Amino acid sequence: MSEDPADRMRATVEAVYRAESRRVLATLIRLLGDFDLAEEALHDAFATAVERWPRDGVPANPRGWLVSAGRFKAIDGLRRRARFDASLVQLAERLDAETGDGAVSDEEGVADDQLRLIFTCCHPALPPDAQIALTLREVCGLTTEEIARAFLTQAPTLAQRVVRAKAKIRDARIPYEVPTRADLPGRLDAVLRVIYLVFNEGYSASSGPSLTRHDVSGEAIRLGRLLVGLLPDPEAVGLLALMLLHESRRTARSSTAGELILLDEQDRALWNRELVSEGAALVERALLSRRFGPYALQAAIAAVHAEAESAAATDWAQIVALYDVLLRADPSPVVELNRAVAVAMRDGPEAGLTLIDAILARGDLTEYHLAHSARADLCRRLGRTAQARASYERALRLTRQEPERRFLERRLESCGDPS
Amino acid sequence: MKYLCLVYGDEHELHSVPDRECLAYDEALRLGGRCLASEALESSRTAATVRMRNGKTSVTDGPFAESKEQLAGFYLIEARDLNEAIQVASRIPPARVGSVEVRPIRPIRELAKQAG
Repeated sequence: MSEDPADRMRATVEAVYRAESRRVLATLIRLLGDFDLAEEALHDAFATAVERWPRDGVPANPRGWLVSAGRFKAIDGLRRRARFDASLVQLAERLDAETGDGAVSDEEGVADDQLRLIFTCCHPALPPDAQIALTLREVCGLTTEEIARAFLTQAPTLAQRVVRAKAKIRDARIPYEVPTRADLPGRLDAVLRVIYLVFNEGYSASSGPSLTRHDVSGEAIRLGRLLVGLLPDPEAVGLLALMLLHESRRTARSSTAGELILLDEQDRALWNRELVSEGAALVERALLSRRFGPYALQAAIAAVHAEAESAAATDWAQIVALYDVLLRADPSPVVELNRAVAVAMRDGPEAGLTLIDAILARGDLTEYHLAHSARADLCRRLGRTAQARASYERALRLTRQEPERRFLERRLESCGDPS
Repeated sequence: MKYLCLVYGDEHELHSVPDRECLAYDEALRLGGRCLASEALESSRTAATVRMRNGKTSVTDGPFAESKEQLAGFYLIEARDLNEAIQVASRIPPARVGSVEVRPIRPIRELAKQAG
């Protein structure tokens, strides 16, 4: 720690920024009714803090101080601009007249503001990629450049997405509120989907040279924790559990050379036990609520894997049973495929292959590389090398991810020469 | 992060924006610690373009690029990210008649220091 008081103060303000800036922003958006205005106010509030705190000391309640300072600065700024843009006079007067009760920053009010921010960023009227960009920027505090890097996009493209999303929120008058009880399930689904998409982008990057992008998953888990803290819905708990259980296998699922390692071949000693036990406890909490859904069920399946000492020692009957419930809760061909793989483990490859062929025969998943690689694996185990080769080749044509390509190529080689 | 906001526009149209409005915005930016440097430029008719080729200096009248839209001023600003910089740029008064190009500053000194 530096002895220079100016350095120490800078470090203090930076720490307060990291801890509080998103919460202050969430409240300022409510008070000022506009994202851009609030963001500018946040900047001005911290600029004022840098100036005043060394002289007056750090206030007892920095968050409340910053909210008040930001609100004051925004109104002051609007009055200055009103000299050239008369349309702003009314806005400044209205904001000034509204009582400062919003500056009150009791924990409950702040939690509500954070939820308002999350629900607004994930509003279904916004395009999905804009929801992700806005959530990461406004709720997590990532910069446009960081998000662009994480999603392998150009920064100006991403910036445009954010600008448009904010314009849409303003023009379509998307309300800054927590949905009513009646709307909550659907709206919460949208939020959970955004968080899970962010996690998956980090956990199994859809394209690009490396298998995972750790920091992106970390942000998703942080979001999941925040949401569970604010709104402990069983599915939010289930999603957090699911992410933690997947995350626990991160080191085990790729080799030091960056090669993909499937679940049954992973070194289970590498699984992060802390994350496993936290995830398993959350699964239990979600299931006990009896109001669980697809995320909690997927987490429950991940927990069964996490608790098994080896692939062979896994309780496959339990996993198949959980997939049966999941299929009823959230029917989808991908869930069916996963169930088929579990059936193959419980009853043998022949049984699984019959199920996968039925899915493919329906025309579902014919373009999904994992369906073909799962089929190939079962054929290989049955000694049907030619069929296995054909399916690996099909999978190889469909995958866009480099480590997956290399994995499939190795599998293909292990099937021997076609002749 | 630092960004340079380059203000371009048709010089006649830019005259329609009052100087005192530009100055007020500039002052607000400076008060908020946003603005590191900013200047307005004289007309592009006063420009001289310099080139060094084979040890010889050549000077031509006027700006480097022949275009209706001329560089009229700049703001060097500090912003959290590109979106914040865009927001600052969108309020520069000449943005209403001309255009503002927002360019991230390449941290050339920091990079050189890192490289040792």
